[in-house]
Amino acid sequence: MLKLVGISIKLGEFQLKDVNLELNKGDYYVLLGKSGVGKTVLLEIIAGLIKQDSGQVFLAGEDITHKKIQKRKVGIVFQDHSIFPHLSVKQNIAYSFKGKKIPKSVKEQLIVQYAELTNVSHLLDRNTQKLSGGELQRVALARMLISKPDCLLLDEPLASLDIQLKGGLRDLLRQINKSGVTILHVTHDYEEAIALSNKVAVMHEGEIIQKGFIKDVFQKPANEFVANFTGIKNFFTAEFSPINTARINGKLEINVSNKELIKKVRKQVEELSIEKSR
Amino acid sequence: MYKSKLRTFDIVILVLGGLVLLFIISPLLSMFLATTPLQLFETSKDPEVQDSIWLTLKVSFLATVFFAIGAIPLSYFLARVDFRFKNIVNGIIDLPIVIPHSAAGIAILGFISRDSVLGKLASSVGLNFVGHPIGIALAMAFVSIPFLINAARDGFENVPVRLEKTALNLGVSPIRVFFTISLPLAWKNILSGLIMMFARGLSEFGAVIIVAYHPMVTPVLIYERFGAFGLQYARPVSVVFIIVCLVFFIFLRTLAKEKKSDNA
Repeated sequence: MLKLVGISIKLGEFQLKDVNLELNKGDYYVLLGKSGVGKTVLLEIIAGLIKQDSGQVFLAGEDITHKKIQKRKVGIVFQDHSIFPHLSVKQNIAYSFKGKKIPKSVKEQLIVQYAELTNVSHLLDRNTQKLSGGELQRVALARMLISKPDCLLLDEPLASLDIQLKGGLRDLLRQINKSGVTILHVTHDYEEAIALSNKVAVMHEGEIIQKGFIKDVFQKPANEFVANFTGIKNFFTAEFSPINTARINGKLEINVSNKELIKKVRKQVEELSIEKSR
Repeated sequence: MYKSKLRTFDIVILVLGGLVLLFIISPLLSMFLATTPLQLFETSKDPEVQDSIWLTLKVSFLATVFFAIGAIPLSYFLARVDFRFKNIVNGIIDLPIVIPHSAAGIAILGFISRDSVLGKLASSVGLNFVGHPIGIALAMAFVSIPFLINAARDGFENVPVRLEKTALNLGVSPIRVFFTISLPLAWKNILSGLIMMFARGLSEFGAVIIVAYHPMVTPVLIYERFGAFGLQYARPVSVVFIIVCLVFFIFLRTLAKEKKSDNA
C-alpha cells in the first residue's frame, strides 16, 4: 500500500537517514520514537508537505514522490489538529468537498455518516473555538476521513488527551482501521503501539532501528535502546564463558549447559528483577 | 521613595501626552467652533462642494478596489515566499510614504502624460489621464497603496502555513485554499489596510493637484477656496469634508468590527 524507499533529508542539525518502510493494505503501523527523532518530518514527506533530499514514496504501487500535495490521497492529521478557526464544525468536515461536483444531498449524507462515526454529530453547528482537545481531534479525523484518503497518517493523535478521552479515541481509531483504512501512526508512547498496532517501527536519531510485527519487536528487541523504549525495565549484563557458564550482572556465575539450568537462570534473573524493582 | 518617583513620572507623562493630544484637538476644534451651523448648512448645499466630495469618495473608493486586486496577491507572495531581494522590494513598497507627495505627483504626471508610453496608449483610445478622474485615482493609489500592502502582508504572515497545507492535503486546489483559508483568516488586516488606503486617498492633495487641478477633489477645492477667497471660505468646506470622512471612517470601522465578531 505505502512504501518508503531510502528517504533521507537534512534539516539543519537534524537528519533522516535512509528510511525504508512498507505498509500493507489494512495495516495499523505505529512509528515509535522520542520527540525530535524525525517522525513528524517523515509524515510530512509522505504527505508532500516537505520535499526529501533523496528517496521515493510509493502509494498503491504508484510513485507519488513528485506528486502535488492535493493529488496524493494521503491524509495527515496533525497533533495540533489544524482545525480551520473561521469555519464551523460542519464546514470543517465538509471542506474537502470544495471544488468537487457532488450533489448536495450526497454531501449532507456523508457529513452525517462521518460525524456519527467520529461521534461529533451534536457539534455540527458549533463554532470550533470552544471545542475540547478530544472534540477537535474527532473533527479533524472526520474531516480527513470524509476525503477518503488511501492511507491515513496520524501525528501523535492521543498526545494531548486525558486518559478517558484516549480510551474513546483509541476505540475510534481501531474502528477506522477495521473499516479498511491503512494507518501510519507516530507516537512516543509504546502503550499506544501495543493497544493499536499490528506492526511497529522504532526510530532513533533519524533512523529506523527495528521494525516488524509488534510481538517480534517487543519480545525480541534488537538492542538495549529498543528494549528500553518498548517498556522493558530490567537489564542484566551477562558474560558468557566458552565452557557453558554465564556471569549475570558481574555477580552470579551459573552453568547454562542444559535446559534445567537455563530454567534456573531464568529463576535467578526473575529474583534479581524483583530485587531491582524494590 | 519609589512611590513618589512614580508619581512624578506619571505627572510628566500626563502633561507631555496631554500637550500632544491638545495639539491634535485644538486646531480641529477651533475650526469647528469658528464655523456656524448656517455656514455648514449652506456649504453642504453648494453643488460644487457636493460634486467634489462625491468625486473624491468615488475615485478613492474605485482606486482602492482596483489596486487591491493586484496588491493583495502581492502581499500574499511577500508573506509566503523568501527571495534574494525581498528587503529591497519591501523598501520600494514603502517609498511612496517617505517621498514628498508633490514629488510623487511629478512622478505620476511623467508616467501618465501624453509623452509617456502609458499616455500614448491612452491617447490611442481617446483618453487623457491628466486632468481625468483616472489620473486622480492613480495619484491617490500611488501614495496610499503601501498602507494596504503592508497591512495585508502582516495579515497573511499571521495565518499559519500549516492550515494552508492541511487544506491542500484535503485535496483542495491552491487557489481555493487561498480564497477559503488564507484570505478569510487575513481579512481583518486586509480590511484595515483597505480602510487606511481609502482614507489616505481621500485626503491626498500634493500628488493630485499636480496630476489634475480639475475635476476638483475636495482637498484641491479647499486649497482653491483658500487661495481665492481666504480662510473664511475654505473653513466650512474643510469642516464638511472632515465630517463626511469621519462618518465614512466610523461606518467602515464598525463594519470591520461586526465582521470580526461574526468570525469569533
